[in-house]
Amino acid sequence: MSIDIETAARVAKLARIRVDEDDLPQLAHAFNDILGFIEQLNEVDVEGVEPMVSVTPMRLKRRADGVTDGNMADRILSNAPDAREGFFAVPKVVE
Amino acid sequence: MMTELPKLKIAEARDALRKGELTSAELTEACLNAIEGAGALNAFVHKTPQIAQEQAAAADDRLKAGGAPDLCGIPLGIKDLFCTKGVASQAASRILEGFRPEYESTVTRQLFDAGAVMLGKLNMDEFAMGSSNETSTYGNAVNPWKVDDRQLTPGGSSGGSAAAVAADLCLGATGTDTGGSIRQPAAFTGITGIKPTYGRCSRWGIVAFASSLDQAGPMAKDVRDAAILLRAMCGHDPMDSTSADLAVPDFEAMLTGDIKGKTIGIPREYRMDGMPDEIDALWTRGREMLQDAGAKIVDISLPHTKYALPAYYVIAPAEASSNLARYDGVRYGHRAKLSQGDGIVEMYEKTRAEGFGEEVKRRVMVGTYVLSAGFYDAYYNRARKVRTLIKKDFEDAFDAGIDAILTPATPSAAFGLGEMTEADPVAMYLNDVFTVTVNLAGLPGISVPAGLDKQGLPLGLQLIGRPWDEGDLLNTAYALERSAGFVAKPSKWW
Repeated sequence: MSIDIETAARVAKLARIRVDEDDLPQLAHAFNDILGFIEQLNEVDVEGVEPMVSVTPMRLKRRADGVTDGNMADRILSNAPDAREGFFAVPKVVE
Repeated sequence: MMTELPKLKIAEARDALRKGELTSAELTEACLNAIEGAGALNAFVHKTPQIAQEQAAAADDRLKAGGAPDLCGIPLGIKDLFCTKGVASQAASRILEGFRPEYESTVTRQLFDAGAVMLGKLNMDEFAMGSSNETSTYGNAVNPWKVDDRQLTPGGSSGGSAAAVAADLCLGATGTDTGGSIRQPAAFTGITGIKPTYGRCSRWGIVAFASSLDQAGPMAKDVRDAAILLRAMCGHDPMDSTSADLAVPDFEAMLTGDIKGKTIGIPREYRMDGMPDEIDALWTRGREMLQDAGAKIVDISLPHTKYALPAYYVIAPAEASSNLARYDGVRYGHRAKLSQGDGIVEMYEKTRAEGFGEEVKRRVMVGTYVLSAGFYDAYYNRARKVRTLIKKDFEDAFDAGIDAILTPATPSAAFGLGEMTEADPVAMYLNDVFTVTVNLAGLPGISVPAGLDKQGLPLGLQLIGRPWDEGDLLNTAYALERSAGFVAKPSKWW
């Protein structure tokens, strides 16, 4: 599998990371190095093997579905780059 | 006297504090002075002297009252990956610039509840992605060990933690380990670091990299100190659904040094092509030391070892791409300046392009790729199946009666900063070849300094234990430490 410039651009878009056109060939090259290394996994016989879900065999604990926290809008907004009137502010989403 | 205090081990300081020979205020002041004089190491990136002095004063009161926990009054460094309330916590990333958490990570809360003193936050690779501390937004941390004109890497990602402990700027430090990020820097700097079993330490409040692999652990001056720190860091936490609800033993009390009758496995697959002779020789010496201490040594096979690193470089980036999706310039951290007409997508793309460094971007995008439609089965699911096989290799060994496994910690001693810049990313990834299997299998692993190479740089050996059996693992490490008798320290040049 070889990653071309078009694929590199598509992946950057999916990851929501702006990559300059000029940097795409180098990015595609780095992907190819890494994916070339990953290709070794194809040598392994994984027939009938379950993909790992949890590394330690444990049952997730259950808890009551209740409110345990809240009323801290100020604290939640305290690190926001832009907050107004108790909300996170972002550029216009819908035209 | 003042310059000698930070050289104390935790156990020594604990005892001196209780005898009244020393106050936490004095010890803390001495560490703060040592940090001031060690700017060249770039280990501490956010210093918190005021918090430290307040905590030290409170610790002294508590010590006077009696019955204080082991860590009461002990000055520590905290990796920047841990969220510390009101104190910059930015995972060495530009994207978290200015972020001051409104909450405390469970591990640091437990440490501070036990009376530990925070000296400041420690340098690391950005989002813990790196093996040389060269991906940090704060610049490189520098290894206090030096043999020529070159500045050496302290390893990564917990490079600042390793440098700070090795240079005696603090008595111990927290680290985190996703593929070797505690054990490799510990080996590069001649200190001890343990990654406990997955689930031992709560991950709550630790900036997430790859959630199925991340574990916190201590970096310390010896095995005893690691045992003391680990006990305080571990424990069940309802805030982390993968945190194990198991009792935490008194690890220090388990350090007898008696390993008679234990069976130590030597995995043949860890003898890599092109491995330096010195690493091989050290490994052989480690085997002899454990044998002399009464352990039985058995050659074992972990057949899927070779596939651990490629499986890791699917799973870790996949999880990272998902975990790091939260850095979007909306709720915290950096937001890019926008141009007229830019919408929310431009805001995401520009923010992430400016906020993430090159290695982080690369891994997020690799993760995005292996999870994307059409490749999910070929890459991600296959890697998870290989992970099952890697874990089974270890289970088979333990089922056959192996108590611990001895391997080298790293494929080389510390290398020069900048020496790997031109290499392709995979060359750097090979640093974790001996450590990454342990994360994939969720096992505890410890790196113990065991000797110097011919340049005079420290080398470490790794011991891998049964799940939840950190006490036994630490005891084997203690026996190895006693036999190895590693006491070398870097000479002060900074």
